[in-house]
Amino acid sequence: MKKVFTRPRSLKDIPTHYCPGCTHGIVHRLVAEVIDELEIFDRTIGVAPVGCSVFAYNYFDCDMFQASHGRAPAVATGIKRVLPDRVVFTYQGDGDLAAIGTGEIVHAAARGEKFTVIFINNAIYAMTGGQMAPTTLLGQKTTTTPYGRDKEVNGYPVKIAEMLSVLDGTAYVARVSVHDPAHVVKAKKAIKRAFEVQLANLGFSIVEVLSACPTNWGLPPAKALKWLAENMIPYYPLGEYKKPAEVG
Amino acid sequence: MAKLLMKGNEAIGEGAVRAGCRYFFGYPITPQSELPHYLAKRLPEVGGLYLQSESETAAINMVYGAAGAGARVMTSSSGPGISLMQEGISYLAGAELPCVIVNMIRGGPGLGNIAPAQSDYFQATRGGGHGDYRVIVLAPASVQEIIDLMQVAFDLADCYRNPVMVAGDGILGQMMEPVELGEEKEIEIPPRPWAATGRMGGEKKLINSLYIVPEELEQHNLKLAKKYALISEREQRWEEYRLDGAKLVLVAFGTAARICKAVVDRCREEGLAVGLIRPITLWPFPQKAFEPVIEKTERFLVVEMSLGQMVEDVRLTVNGRRPVYFYGRCGGMLPVAADVVREVKKLYGGEGQ
Repeated sequence: MKKVFTRPRSLKDIPTHYCPGCTHGIVHRLVAEVIDELEIFDRTIGVAPVGCSVFAYNYFDCDMFQASHGRAPAVATGIKRVLPDRVVFTYQGDGDLAAIGTGEIVHAAARGEKFTVIFINNAIYAMTGGQMAPTTLLGQKTTTTPYGRDKEVNGYPVKIAEMLSVLDGTAYVARVSVHDPAHVVKAKKAIKRAFEVQLANLGFSIVEVLSACPTNWGLPPAKALKWLAENMIPYYPLGEYKKPAEVG
Repeated sequence: MAKLLMKGNEAIGEGAVRAGCRYFFGYPITPQSELPHYLAKRLPEVGGLYLQSESETAAINMVYGAAGAGARVMTSSSGPGISLMQEGISYLAGAELPCVIVNMIRGGPGLGNIAPAQSDYFQATRGGGHGDYRVIVLAPASVQEIIDLMQVAFDLADCYRNPVMVAGDGILGQMMEPVELGEEKEIEIPPRPWAATGRMGGEKKLINSLYIVPEELEQHNLKLAKKYALISEREQRWEEYRLDGAKLVLVAFGTAARICKAVVDRCREEGLAVGLIRPITLWPFPQKAFEPVIEKTERFLVVEMSLGQMVEDVRLTVNGRRPVYFYGRCGGMLPVAADVVREVKKLYGGEGQ
C-alpha cells in the first residue's frame, strides 16, 4: 500500500503538551513539513522563547535554542551572524513577540536579519492563564480584561504584520490562518515562502499565524475556530503584506 | 618589543581580538564607549563582526545566540547597562555558555553618574540575576594587565563553559599607559561539541536553561555548584605587595589597589609595616591569599570605591580572627592616598579598635 501521509522527519514522534483544539500542533507540523521539503533539516536551528511554545525545542528534531521572554530575535541574530549558511527560525507567541519582545522583533526586522519568524497570534496570553495580550481584540474578555478590552484603558490591538511590513529590512511578511483546511494549505505556502526568502538571503521574513486558544477563550475547539474566523480575520486581514519579486 | 601607549578601554578590545574573540554585540554607554569604537574598527580587519544592538537586553541575548552557536563572543557596558543584561547573564550561566562581559563600573544606584566606581561588586560576585549561579570576575589594575587578563578571561570562559566578567572602573578604562602587546598568535578555539550549529548529520543539540521538573533542576543546580566549587579551588588569583612583616594589611582591587600601593610605600618609608593584598579574581574571592597572612598580621583595612562591598568577603575570610576595618569613597569620588594613610595611622598599633 502506498503511504500518502506520514510524520515529518523534522518533528519528533512524541505527544505534545498543547491543549486539545490548540492550533500549535498544526503550525508545528507545517514548519516541519516545509523543513523536510526544502531539505534543510540538517542545517536548521530553531529558537523557542517563553510562552506556550517554550517546549517547541522538544518537538522539533533539529538543533534548538530556548530563549528568554521576547528575546528570540536577538538570540537568532547572534546565531545567524555566526552561522550565516544555516537556516534559523524563531517560533514566538503574541505575548512574547508583540509585548515584551517588541524591541527585539522591530530591530531584527529593521536590520534585515536573515532568519524566519513564525508568529503565533491567538489574541491572548495563554501559558500564564489567559491574560490580555497586545493582540487581544477590543471587547474581548480575558482574565485581566473581565469586562472586555476597553480602548480607553488598554489601547488598541497591535497589527504586527502591517507594522513590520513598512520596514525596509523585511523581505517577506504574511498573515495566514489555520482555522480550516483551505487556510492551512495557504499557511503552509506562506511558511515555505518565508523559508525560501531566507534561503535566497533576501532579508527578514515573518509569517503571522492566526491561531485558536480554546482553553483560554473558554470555547470548545470547533467554536474556537469559528470565533477566530468571525472575529480575528476582520481585524487582522490575511494576505502577503510584502514579498520580494524573486519569490513566487 | 616596542611599547605602545594605549587607553584601557582600547586595550580590552585589542586583548579580546588577540584572545580570538571575533564577535562583539553592544550598546553605547559612558565610560566604556572607546571599547566598542575600537572594536567597530578592529573586528572587521580580522574577519570578525561588530554589531550595535538596540539595547543592552538585546546585546546580551545576541551574545547568548552567538555563544550557543560556538563563537568566542563578548559584550561590554557599565552599571545601568549591566543591570539590564542580568537576565541574559542568568540564562548564559544556566545554559553554561562561555562569553566575556566587560563592566567599566560607574557611580550608582540608578543613573548615578559617569565617574569611576567599584559599587557593582555585589552585583558582579553575587550572581546579579535570578537563580543560584556564579560568574567568574576578573579585576585588572593596569592597562598591561588588561591585555594579559583578556586572554585569561576567554580561556576561563571556555574551560568552565561559564560567563566571565571583566570588572574595571571608569579610570581604568580612560587611563593611557604603555603596554607590550607581544606577538600576535593564531588562537585555536577549543572544540565545542555542545554548540547548536545545526545537526549536520550529528546528534541533536539543545541550548537551554529550562528544567521544569524540580528533581531535574536540583540536579542541574548541584552540577553547577560542583563546577563553581572547582573554579573556587583552582582559579583564585591575587597579587601580594610588601606583605613581609606587615602589621596592617590593606585589601583593595583595581584602581583603589593602585592608590593603596602608594599608601603602602609611603607608610613603609615612615617605618610602618603595611602591606597589600590585591584580589585579581573577585569571584572566586582569593581566600587563599589570606590564610598565610591572618595569623601574622594584626588587622586589615579594606579600601574600596564604594560604601563597602568587598569588605564583606574579607570579613567572611578572616572570620573574626582579626579585626577588619573599612575605608571607602563613593559616587565617583576617589580614596586619596593621604586620606588612606591617615586611616592607616589611626588603626596602626591598635587605636580605633
